[in-house]
Amino acid sequence: MAKPLFEATQLHKRFGDQVVLESISLSFEEGQLAGIMGPNGAGKTTCFNVLTGRYKPDRGRVTFAGEDITGQSPRQIARKGLSRSFQIMNLFNDDDAIDNVVIALPSVRARGWSMWRDLGRDASAYDEAAAVLARVGLAGKERTSCKRLSYGERRALEIGVALAARPRLLFLDEPTAGLGAEGTARLFDLINEIKRQVTIVIIEHDMRFLFRLADRISVIHWGQVIAEGSPDALRSNPWVQRSNLGAAA
Amino acid sequence: MTAHHRPAALVTAPMLLTVALLASTPLWLKGAGLYQYLALEIMIWMLFALGHNLLLGYGGLPSFGHGAYFGVGAYALGLLQQRADAGLWLGLLGAASAAALVGALVAAFISHRRGIYYALLTIAFGQVFWFIAIKWHSVTGGEDGLLQIKRPALALLGRQWSLASNESFFYFALALFAVVLVVLWRLVHSPFGRVLRAIKQNEMRAAFVGHNVWLYKWSAFVISAGIAGLAGGLFAMAQQSAYPNVMSLHNSGFVVMMVLIGGGLVSFWGPVIGALIFILARDLLGAYTETWLLWYGLVFIAMVLYQPDGVAGAWQSLRARLARKRAAVTNAAPAALARS
Repeated sequence: MAKPLFEATQLHKRFGDQVVLESISLSFEEGQLAGIMGPNGAGKTTCFNVLTGRYKPDRGRVTFAGEDITGQSPRQIARKGLSRSFQIMNLFNDDDAIDNVVIALPSVRARGWSMWRDLGRDASAYDEAAAVLARVGLAGKERTSCKRLSYGERRALEIGVALAARPRLLFLDEPTAGLGAEGTARLFDLINEIKRQVTIVIIEHDMRFLFRLADRISVIHWGQVIAEGSPDALRSNPWVQRSNLGAAA
Repeated sequence: MTAHHRPAALVTAPMLLTVALLASTPLWLKGAGLYQYLALEIMIWMLFALGHNLLLGYGGLPSFGHGAYFGVGAYALGLLQQRADAGLWLGLLGAASAAALVGALVAAFISHRRGIYYALLTIAFGQVFWFIAIKWHSVTGGEDGLLQIKRPALALLGRQWSLASNESFFYFALALFAVVLVVLWRLVHSPFGRVLRAIKQNEMRAAFVGHNVWLYKWSAFVISAGIAGLAGGLFAMAQQSAYPNVMSLHNSGFVVMMVLIGGGLVSFWGPVIGALIFILARDLLGAYTETWLLWYGLVFIAMVLYQPDGVAGAWQSLRARLARKRAAVTNAAPAALARS
């Protein structure tokens, strides 16, 4: 079997005397869409934060594309091609939608120390950003201020900013949080569209959503991975059935 | 596909207007009962405030101890002149570099912070330099400061131009001011400036899209301190002295009050407007009452409470309101035609 694109081995994380992650091991294959689910407080978001460099693990190892990235900063990890969105939206609120994406483009990042050239003249960067916005369904909203976008549009922009970095691996933290049925359906189509182009890992509450999208799902509870497998295999998993996690699917 | 980029002009109308207005002051300032030195001082403060606003307005980094870098520039110019016989350019270059260097050192200690901790650290460091200026007699001249700082002649086009008069020195400073204006305008529209603005809005997201947040914050501080030093060097020549008061917490506070009243948080021009208002208030109100700062302070409080975006912010919302009204009229007209 080919080596997975991303692998976390035996991750431990504690805050004070509270153990949040206890020996978590996860691996994500290139080209697949992996899901992470589990009840509230199971350690999903902490797990995400450790995987993307926001927190350093107390023990354990994280490798991405064969390279050890354990304990590296979010900036270093982002530059290696790992991008993420946030559950609580994290955007550049005073800027227009397109400027949010432009700032996240690798081509702009590489020229960040240019202090004389006018970024507003860089039509190719703006064209690239407009294409990203079109991909997440925000065509026509380029010059709308981030603040004036609807909640669902901001959710899409959240993913757009993460996609702008042209990641090899995209982490999405609770992308459906706060979305209604219609917004969730639109988001489903969007993720379904991009999942063939980039490896994706999603943390999600909405089981129906995740079971229909994911190739593989890991269930986290009490800071541990308690079950793993394809959606079909998990549906029949006794623990998943007992805990009612799979009922919605 | 429609183009979505928005180029910024190299030189803008407000820029030309500002420089032209300043350049015309020798023609009418005396007639208005004022004096040329006032315009010179206002311009130096504008320069200082513009540099400060790179941090506060564009980086969201509240430096409340920026007088220190202004002061370092003033002292550096004086010392270079008196101990190393430096001329005009070397003196000013030294002033800006010394302040940038000191700024680089301080920024190394504070750039991992933000908000209130950042502000407190800048105050603490500012006080350190003020204290050094007062106590290190052998170098700074203590509370008396450095006296008899000269305005060296400008060598240009094979001629020596004396800058001794306030008018000639004013024109020299205006030329520098115009250059800094253009450079800063470019800077805030460059990738560097845009990333800095993104960091102001959301430091965490900026890091997660791969920007080196610390280094941007550090660099912004160094540039800002360098501009403060340049302004300080000009000030030392204008005043023909350098003294501890320019580094005081007072002075550091003044520049913040200028930037905020002018509207630096929402406009490039905020610091320019603010410096004008502040120094004019000082001189015009100051002629009537010694407690002018009390009145200014009250206006400042009212401003922060009711118009936190400053004069430039008020102007922007007025323009937006007018534009909406105009749009309503143009939309209504065809509708009225259709009805008739």
